Amino acid sequence: MRSAPTPAQAPAATVPLAHGSIDLWMTVGVGLREIWAHKFRSLLTMLGIILGVSSLVAMSALVKGMEVGAKEALIAVGGLQKVRVEPQELPVEQRHLQEQAVGITINDVYALQASAPLVKRISPEIRIPATASANGKNFRTFMCLGVWPVALELTEHVIAHGRMFNELDDEMARSVCVIGTGTRNELWGSPEEVGREIVPLGETLYVNGLPFTIVGMFPHYESEQERKARELARQQAALQSTNAPAATGPARDRGRGRRGSNFAFWIKNATIYMPLNTAYMKFRSGITYSGFRGSSSGEGNIGDPRLSSLELKIHSVDRLAESLQQIRNVLMTTHRGIEDFSFRTQEEWAENINAFIRNARRSGGLIAGISLLVGGIGIMNIMLASISERVREIGIRKSVGAATADIFIQILVESVFIAMLGGLAGLLTSVALVRLISSFSPTENAPIITVLALSVAFGFSVLVGVLAGLFPAVKAARLNPIQALRYE
Amino acid sequence: MALVELRSVSKIYHLGGEEIRALDDVSLDIHEGEFISIIGPSGSGKSTLMHILGCLDSPTHGTIQLDGRMIQDASTRELAAIRNRKIGFVFQFFNLLPKLSVLQNVELPMIYSGIATRQRHQRALGALQAVDLANRAKHRPSQLSGGQQQRAAIARALVNDPRIIFADEPTGNLDSHTGEAILALFRRLSREGRTIVLVTHDPEIAAVTPRRIEIRDGKIAEKVDLTLAGLDRPPAPAVLAP
Repeated sequence: MRSAPTPAQAPAATVPLAHGSIDLWMTVGVGLREIWAHKFRSLLTMLGIILGVSSLVAMSALVKGMEVGAKEALIAVGGLQKVRVEPQELPVEQRHLQEQAVGITINDVYALQASAPLVKRISPEIRIPATASANGKNFRTFMCLGVWPVALELTEHVIAHGRMFNELDDEMARSVCVIGTGTRNELWGSPEEVGREIVPLGETLYVNGLPFTIVGMFPHYESEQERKARELARQQAALQSTNAPAATGPARDRGRGRRGSNFAFWIKNATIYMPLNTAYMKFRSGITYSGFRGSSSGEGNIGDPRLSSLELKIHSVDRLAESLQQIRNVLMTTHRGIEDFSFRTQEEWAENINAFIRNARRSGGLIAGISLLVGGIGIMNIMLASISERVREIGIRKSVGAATADIFIQILVESVFIAMLGGLAGLLTSVALVRLISSFSPTENAPIITVLALSVAFGFSVLVGVLAGLFPAVKAARLNPIQALRYE
Repeated sequence: MALVELRSVSKIYHLGGEEIRALDDVSLDIHEGEFISIIGPSGSGKSTLMHILGCLDSPTHGTIQLDGRMIQDASTRELAAIRNRKIGFVFQFFNLLPKLSVLQNVELPMIYSGIATRQRHQRALGALQAVDLANRAKHRPSQLSGGQQQRAAIARALVNDPRIIFADEPTGNLDSHTGEAILALFRRLSREGRTIVLVTHDPEIAAVTPRRIEIRDGKIAEKVDLTLAGLDRPPAPAVLAP
């Protein structure tokens, strides 16, 4: 009679030899216990992964923030649909025709309106180098333009106060103008300095000495970044006024030197717009024809008013090349084959932004990749040390029936587990890190953590765990059980 | 048919160009329920024999049949499964995993045979009861005495209800009194019908088994002590293979 310590079991002959798969949770439990038993060592091991994951996430959040900021600026200047036609010096083979070059004229505008269906809007521009004076102050505006009212749409402007000049103002060449807040700030003071918003509607503004009536004003354009900076300044001011006597020094310089990074917005604010005809009538001798010094007269040699440039808006960015070709065909006809114009698109700028972001991503990714690699090497190192500590354990496990695959999985699971824990800790660290970065510089572009970045970083940490565990796992699984049992 | 049948088994090592025959043309049958000792001085080949019998190693030549199955050409995976279900090992140094409790140590073989947690638990407790160690189930091996550790190891060897148990110098690391107790436990298990193979260098220990296989230079010589075979069952058929 055999009194087995076990419940009744199938007769030995029918015991299947198919090997049961090892209980994964048990393996995870063993791995966890192993990690817990060497807390400090495990933490050091994870540190590489933590750094890698958090730098990956933080980097991508920063780049994402910059990307959003750059896109904002791009939209502020009119987006990708905008094409600018500018005068250009003749190509070498046409130099001898310089006397016959007509330049960009109002005639081109009519021709494009008639024959270029891919162009949605056309806005002729006359640019005047202008000094504005009012309120006893002078200001050299960045842009003083004579335009049609349609320019509002092309330059992404809206009217915040008053009105835009209309076709009638243009027709009558009335001395009216619409100004940006930058111009207002320089002449009448900004809301921050004065303490209230001044809207100088109806005031007289002198442009190069000639009087203009201000009929409208644009809103204050600013980036998300600037808005935050302003709010912060306001908060600080509020704080100061409650905690300490108000500072009575002179107001801080709000000139453009301080905000090179937001030049696009500064440009957009420091403007004066007037009707095209007005500009032509009053300033025809002083018009800027950038890049091309042909005749200095305000007329083309066929008598049409010369323009500084054309702003065009095309119907779709997808058909940019076709649209440019169409515009070119029309202009080549009106310019009698003389190529005295060139196109400028925002694409180049967008391309630059993209290239910058690509580079930032690449270099950040490289750094994060290197620290993940270092983390992986750390894990592999620890796993190798751990299995050589546990040779005897592996021998015992094999002697009671652990198959090669069971040992392999056990070591691999441990390695992946360390990496996953490190990855999770890294994700938490990255959130803290990003918070820290944005609290250091609240006015910079806010870093944006995306779910994609988090999951990619975590995925990488798991991958590193698998890769780092492979070699030690193979090494452990291949141990000869007899030698492993004898190992001291 | 014998439980284990070895036919012309040789194990040859090559050490620096020199051929070492750890086992030299050994044939041996072990029948169900036998209590056998394999005895020989160190280097005689007794460990090699146990490793081959215990499916930890494969022979260079010859055939082995275990429980009706030829295993000399089995893959490492199949050998692992055989060790898991049909063989129990008891070692000189107990070989318990220090980080696991006694109960978890006893459960270990069942983890690799894919037995559900609850059943694993019950059977491990049953095995510990069989060696009078159920009250130490939650202890760590380091909290037990040598004899207790060895009993835990025996429980682990029994827990998957193996066809044969190999004990490699099971008393070698114990004082003589505790060693006696362990040997008594083996005798009891043998009376209960277990097939047990005791590997030792000590003739005094080998003397407790009815059948003794002496190994010298990789070859075997056999003695059967009928007086020790016990009266409750017929002496094991000590057949030397032709």
